[in-house]
Amino acid sequence: MLLAITIWIFTLITVILFTDLVPEMLELASGQWFPETASVHGAIVDAQFFNTLMVTGVVFVLAQVALGYLVFRYRERPGQTAYYYHGSNKMEWAWTAATTVLFFVMVSMGYGVWLDVYVHAAPEDAIQIEVTAQQFAWNIRYPGPDGQFGIVRPELIDDAAGNPLGLDPQDPTGEDDLVVPTMAIPVNRPIELILRSKDVTHNFSVRELRLKQDTVPGMMIPLRFTATKTGKYEIACSELCGMGHHRMRSFLDVLSDQGYADWLEDQSEF
Amino acid sequence: MADAAQTSHAVHEAPTGFIRKWVFSTDHKVIGIQYFFLALFSVLLGMFLSIFIRFNLVWPGTEIPLLETFFPVGAPGGVMTPEFYLAFLTMHGTIMVFFVLTTAPQGGFGNYFLPIQIGADDMAFPTLNMLSFWLTFVALVVLLAAFFVTGGAPISGWTAYPPLSALGEIAGPGLGTGQTLWIVSIAIFCVAALLGALNFITTTIDMRTEGMTLMRMPLTVWSWFVTAILGLLAFGVLLAAGILLLMDRSAGTSFFIPGGLVVSDQIIDHKGGSPLLWQHLFWFFGHPEVYIAILPGMGVTSQLLSTFSRKPIFGYRAMVYALFGIGILGFMVWGHHMFMSGMSPYTAIFFSLMTTVIAVPSAIKTFNWLGTLWRGNVRLTTPMLFAVGFVSLFVTGGVSGLFLNQPSTDIYLHDTYFVVAHFHIIMGVAAIFGIFGGTYYWFSKMFGRQMSEFWGKVHFGFTFVGVYAIFTPMHFLGMAGNPRRYPELTGFDFLEPLASIHLFITIAAFITIASQLIFLINFFWSLFKGKKAEINPWQATTLEWEIPSPPPHDNFAGKLPVVYRGAYEYSVPGEPLDYTMQTAPNPPES
Amino acid sequence: MATIAPPLPKPQTPSPGGSGDGFDRRDSGGDEGHGAGRPKSLPDRRYYTGMMLGLAAILMLFAAFTSAYVVRKGLSDDWQATAVPGILWLNSMVLLASSFTLEKARRWRQVQARFQGWWWATTGLGMIFLIGQIRAWQELVASGVYVNTNPSSSFFYLLTGAHAVHLLGGVMALLYLSWRVWRKNSGGLGATALGVTALYWHFMDGLWIYLFLLLLIGR
Repeated sequence: MLLAITIWIFTLITVILFTDLVPEMLELASGQWFPETASVHGAIVDAQFFNTLMVTGVVFVLAQVALGYLVFRYRERPGQTAYYYHGSNKMEWAWTAATTVLFFVMVSMGYGVWLDVYVHAAPEDAIQIEVTAQQFAWNIRYPGPDGQFGIVRPELIDDAAGNPLGLDPQDPTGEDDLVVPTMAIPVNRPIELILRSKDVTHNFSVRELRLKQDTVPGMMIPLRFTATKTGKYEIACSELCGMGHHRMRSFLDVLSDQGYADWLEDQSEF
Repeated sequence: MADAAQTSHAVHEAPTGFIRKWVFSTDHKVIGIQYFFLALFSVLLGMFLSIFIRFNLVWPGTEIPLLETFFPVGAPGGVMTPEFYLAFLTMHGTIMVFFVLTTAPQGGFGNYFLPIQIGADDMAFPTLNMLSFWLTFVALVVLLAAFFVTGGAPISGWTAYPPLSALGEIAGPGLGTGQTLWIVSIAIFCVAALLGALNFITTTIDMRTEGMTLMRMPLTVWSWFVTAILGLLAFGVLLAAGILLLMDRSAGTSFFIPGGLVVSDQIIDHKGGSPLLWQHLFWFFGHPEVYIAILPGMGVTSQLLSTFSRKPIFGYRAMVYALFGIGILGFMVWGHHMFMSGMSPYTAIFFSLMTTVIAVPSAIKTFNWLGTLWRGNVRLTTPMLFAVGFVSLFVTGGVSGLFLNQPSTDIYLHDTYFVVAHFHIIMGVAAIFGIFGGTYYWFSKMFGRQMSEFWGKVHFGFTFVGVYAIFTPMHFLGMAGNPRRYPELTGFDFLEPLASIHLFITIAAFITIASQLIFLINFFWSLFKGKKAEINPWQATTLEWEIPSPPPHDNFAGKLPVVYRGAYEYSVPGEPLDYTMQTAPNPPES
Repeated sequence: MATIAPPLPKPQTPSPGGSGDGFDRRDSGGDEGHGAGRPKSLPDRRYYTGMMLGLAAILMLFAAFTSAYVVRKGLSDDWQATAVPGILWLNSMVLLASSFTLEKARRWRQVQARFQGWWWATTGLGMIFLIGQIRAWQELVASGVYVNTNPSSSFFYLLTGAHAVHLLGGVMALLYLSWRVWRKNSGGLGATALGVTALYWHFMDGLWIYLFLLLLIGR
């Protein structure tokens, strides 16, 4: 009895907590529990999240309620005997099929956005920005007016002297490269990040834009997105990278076109 | 035949003397108990570490005198530095996954009850069994030594991803000798696990008594069998990965370390390796490993639900197939730990599909557990409570998995507390409930005395409510984007509003951990002062309930049983009692 | 309600071979309920099962190494094939010969003198193989090829080294069994002990051929 009640109360609390979120999401209210999304693909990721929440939510509630009910309804009572029954193949096939269909339909709905972010090539006019992670900071590099990233050499890396990427001074294309600790982008324009790492594996993540990607040393990994809301968002590291993992903080400023141009100019003046 | 006569002597002569009987024993029952106590020690240590983990997340910078005494270098002034936190976190994960969840369910209960439940007088290779345990013990000692060497324990997590784990002290404290000891410990553990797996499989195939056909074996035996197969095929790969990592660290090779690395302005002289190679090898092992952790708990749950519903397990055959399905598929899903790793997005889709497939046999098992309760005559004894709790937790942990197996939603949830919630509910709670259930169920058989039912139920109540209180809010932390493995939560604006949730979780954790004292006191008190146990207090049907509590050295006192029935003949119509032993002759025509 | 279970029933089928010793019962009546009839009696069978499983585990270790090999080779352009020292051809033949002598020893297990001869030949050939491997490594070191010189050399040392460790275990088993025969000084070894040792040894032989081909072809 007590057990059944405990299971039901827990189910109820969980439902309340989760469904309280839905109106919050729909109203795009405080955005703290599940931050308001600020990117094109983010909206689709959220939609898939909610599809999943609906399906799993129903499954969860049904299963827990059933568990509590069965334990309560069939508790030992004088004169009650159990039903000597080994099972039913028909039922096995039935619920196997139902589960399979349900799960596969739900899961397939999400592959579209996955392909969008990771497979489909960025449009021609995407702004390319390079992100190089290191213990324990982010280095953001803009190619500058010539649109080309200069050559970098590991042996030239010198954090103290202000050359964290090892830009080769002899390479003319690198002269206009801008290397800064924070990132700014224009809103509503396609962006392609090129993610790299200097030392160990880190992970570039911005929760509001639903961005997350490991930065693997030895690899250059593209990450494509378009921001839809201006604002200042925190960049966090999401792969354990050492004792400073928790303080690899930077900022992503999503600005208007003009704001972005101004920002680039300001940064270049340093 | 000369060999047979020799081995039968080795098994049948009971050893004398303390060392032969309790230390270097080849008796599977003693070894089972040794594993059980090793796991008990390990879980207490793991919980102890987690207290500090939760404490530091809410009250960082506090001076803790106890820490200063033991770790003057790692925690100067008794304050947990971030690296110290990460060392605790790494060791917590390693100890819990390997030395608790890969020992107690299989090495503990499996060792003790597999031979008995199939009617054998010991494991196939008793001496090898003893060797497995002692190697595991050595592995634990080597691991714990990491706390006390220069630099301390490693900070790379239980997953030890290179390059972080491969570059040595230059990449962080604890990554020198500490990391080496970690790798060596795991390598020893691999060998122990492989030897154990070999023993379990051989025993199940070759040592069954007359009448014990495969389809009459209890589901506990099936679960230990499939678990052993997983272990046999997975641990070799982990061993290989560990050897490659050791070579990268000490022999100058570059399996995992790419070129061009600069750490703290120092150029690293390696090139051409791939960090992803480690991840593939590790998770090829790592995913079967989590099934190794849970499958025995599923077996125990099936056993308990049937016994205490007084009803045959619903769909025995389907349950067996589901075990195999989960086992086989378990080798094909490892990439779902790597969606964000930089591997090919097409590969990600493959792994996502396979992971969706594996949800199906898991669902089948859940349906069958519910089906077993349906129209039963349910006795809510303490072991039964934990079995029901297992089902509840398995459902919860399972559905949260459905968010993580989709790469699209994983974009957001990867490496957040949502993942922490998921794996803790499945492994850190459901699997533990399997262990608790087994303990309360089999205690009387192992030790000849009974645990207190009342205090067992109290323990259940606190724990069941407690674990949900701890881990449900973690899903919300994940949804808010709270990253994992952060020693402190003070560095980001978006983490600030989440502090109250962390406080709630920490308080819940402290209360739940404290309530485990109820279990410990019950356990140890009953060990010495518990009421003497009957031979079959639960009125169960499997072979262990026909022999004395505790059983004699060769289990069946020289007369191996003959089996006529399956393991779940409860409430058979026409029988005088609501349970029928497996050895009861003249079963009705099927 | 709660009653003690009925005592163990007497088995319905009579069991020749006595009741006190479980193995006797299982030996004779044991095929019932175990599925298909089996040629070997059960106490022996478990050693074969155990050995096969052990070999499966070893196979997984080398499968993991192989997959690492393939991946690493395809990864970057720094792979420079390691020339296989010529002595490896000789070693391979030595190992193949040892499998042959082992089988001979098994056939003569009832005749101690003959058995000893073939058995020592096998052990000797095994040791010669290991010494030959050491020579191969010395050759490589002498020509400046170390374990960290190149990824291909890393794998060379790794694969040959891991195999050698396992073969050393095999040689130790051969020595142990020789000692057992010498100590007991009567009769030969049981067919089982020889059988599982042979399984292990031939597997190591086969594994060597595979690794050798991998190192040759993989260049």
